[in-house]
Amino acid sequence: MSDSIGLEQANAQPALGGGHGAAPGEEPSRRDFIHIAAIAATVGGAGALAWPLIDQMNPSADTLALASIEYDVSKVAEGQQAVVKWRGKPVFVRHRTPKEIAAARRDDHADLRDPATDASRVKPGHEATLVLVGVCTHLGCVPNFGGGEYGGWLCPCHGSVYDTSGRIRQGPAPKNLEVPEYAFTGPTKVRIG
Amino acid sequence: MSGHSTYEPKTGFERWLDARLPIVRIAYDSAIDFPTPKNLNYWWTFGGILAVCLMTQIVTGVILAMHYVPNGDMAFNSVEHIMRDVNYGWMIRYIHANGASMFFLAVYIHIARGLYFGSYKAPREVLWLLGCVIYLLMMATGFMGYVLPWGQMSFAGAVVITNLFSAFDQVIPGLGTAITTWLWGGFAVGNATLNRFFALHYLLPFMIAGVVGLHIWALHVTGNNNPTGVPVKSKADTVPFHPYYTVKDGFAIVVFFILFAWFVFFAPEALGHTDNQIPANPLVTPAHIVPEWYFLPFYAMLRAVPQKLFGVLTMFGAIGLLFAVPWLDRSPVRSMRYRPTARWFFVLLVLATLGLGWCGGMEPDDVVIRTGQTANGDPTGFTVTWLARILTTYYYAYFLLVLPLLSRNEKPSKVPDSISTPVLSGGGAALPAGAAAEPQKKG
Ligand code: HEM
Ligand code: FES
Repeated sequence: MSDSIGLEQANAQPALGGGHGAAPGEEPSRRDFIHIAAIAATVGGAGALAWPLIDQMNPSADTLALASIEYDVSKVAEGQQAVVKWRGKPVFVRHRTPKEIAAARRDDHADLRDPATDASRVKPGHEATLVLVGVCTHLGCVPNFGGGEYGGWLCPCHGSVYDTSGRIRQGPAPKNLEVPEYAFTGPTKVRIG
Repeated sequence: MSGHSTYEPKTGFERWLDARLPIVRIAYDSAIDFPTPKNLNYWWTFGGILAVCLMTQIVTGVILAMHYVPNGDMAFNSVEHIMRDVNYGWMIRYIHANGASMFFLAVYIHIARGLYFGSYKAPREVLWLLGCVIYLLMMATGFMGYVLPWGQMSFAGAVVITNLFSAFDQVIPGLGTAITTWLWGGFAVGNATLNRFFALHYLLPFMIAGVVGLHIWALHVTGNNNPTGVPVKSKADTVPFHPYYTVKDGFAIVVFFILFAWFVFFAPEALGHTDNQIPANPLVTPAHIVPEWYFLPFYAMLRAVPQKLFGVLTMFGAIGLLFAVPWLDRSPVRSMRYRPTARWFFVLLVLATLGLGWCGGMEPDDVVIRTGQTANGDPTGFTVTWLARILTTYYYAYFLLVLPLLSRNEKPSKVPDSISTPVLSGGGAALPAGAAAEPQKKG
């Protein structure tokens, strides 16, 4: 290393001897400074250039501007669910039976992988209506209604089992089915998003 | 091998070109006069088969792209249009779809050949690593191609594979979601995803072609390995590539393409999945999703592990091991012909991988060995998941335990002194006159 620098110096400044070169242990020379500055500028420039090329793959403005949707939950019969599309994803709107609600509450303090009470997953006064993003938290398949040991959902892909509150009970998924941001805008109307 | 050149330009034009761009010289030295071990068997023909597979995919793919529309609303119908309306569209699509399967069949045989005959050992490590890169690029290309027809299996495949990256949420919360959103260009697999997959599916095969160029370059620096694993010692051990291996490879290519043609014309959907005849629907996942057959062993590994992040790591690690194998196997004996213990472990590895492939196609709860039944009559016992766990463990053990330990403790059988020795009775000493002489040059 010091050898090659020496050679470079000699070629660049043949008359000056080693005076401007930085031998090990000496102060850095002006040439070292130029090298470092040039490399830093190149790396910074390349990074600044790369970012737009990477970021273009993130959701575009029109995708981000996706409107929220309205849904009339009275359309769902007791014991049934509707699947509506929101931001390209399925959303489950489930009208739970009293038995299903009781089962969900009974397990509030069971040994849950992702602990949550049933009350925290519904809106007060609307306990029968469960609104969930219908995307398995394992690898994103759409779980099947009513399947599995707990009567909630069973994912067809790798067998994750969710209960009637959408909480993960068995299988490889790490988290409960997500509750999207939503609000009741009327006695039976919800706005999702 | 490299460095010497026997090319002699014959015409004035060839001399003129040779002094400016020695392209004919390179072609001559690497495909005509290239000194090749004289004992290569049919396992060595798969390199040539793979080259023809890649060309087939590129030619049929570019043609398909002339008729295909990469848009979520139109992709499925445009593939139907290719199948029904475009002249010979059905044939070109079936060649492309089955061509991917044939490509993977050939690459698996090619990799197994390398593992058995120790082709990854010094001095061929870089050659081997480049091959692993090609395999990775092939998997990415095959996966993205399968998404393009935008059927139900295409969609489910895209969802599951891209979601593998969401496992990073378990390392840094939010990281996995950021990656999947970036991959999708939205909040779910959708039109933006299809569009970029098409662009990349078009690009990657040409990158593969580039890496194939490096792979062949590396091959021509070290020369071929051979079934004995013994390096070439003299000219008597080699024959010129042409006509000896152009003819042998050519014959194998013809046989392989007869099988290929059988699939295309008599069983074009045998390797496909009927659910892909249903247009993609983001609101429903098919009851039983399976990847293409060539991904099944890895899919089985993913499902064998109950924890998400470790499942994903186990799956990718299985491919990572291939990259590490030159440094895991320390045995100085290349070919397993002379490693009587190692070859049985190798046979088990092949069986374990095939077994994993079988597991990947079954439901995880399917029972392999029935020991009883539940109250409502469903069988219980040893399940596919457990079989997959055992086989995955063996797969890992082969690379991480068997190869490193065996290279220290095994007793290899006698390795011949040279390639010529084992094929000639009496060994190298009493050669019949002329037997080991240089083979006749053509012309
Ligand atoms: C490494 C080489 C390649 C592999 C392994 C490969 C693999 C695949 C696969 C598995 C499919 C799905 C077939 C189906 O089920 O319908 C596909 C579709 C497609 N590929 Fe390729 N491909 C390769 C090269 C190319 C190239 C170079 C192009 C050029 C643009 C291309 C263009 C297409 C198009 C347009 C489709 C959609 C039409 C269809 O589904 O048949 N492919 N590819
Ligand atoms: S995607 Fe639901 S269990 Fe894997």
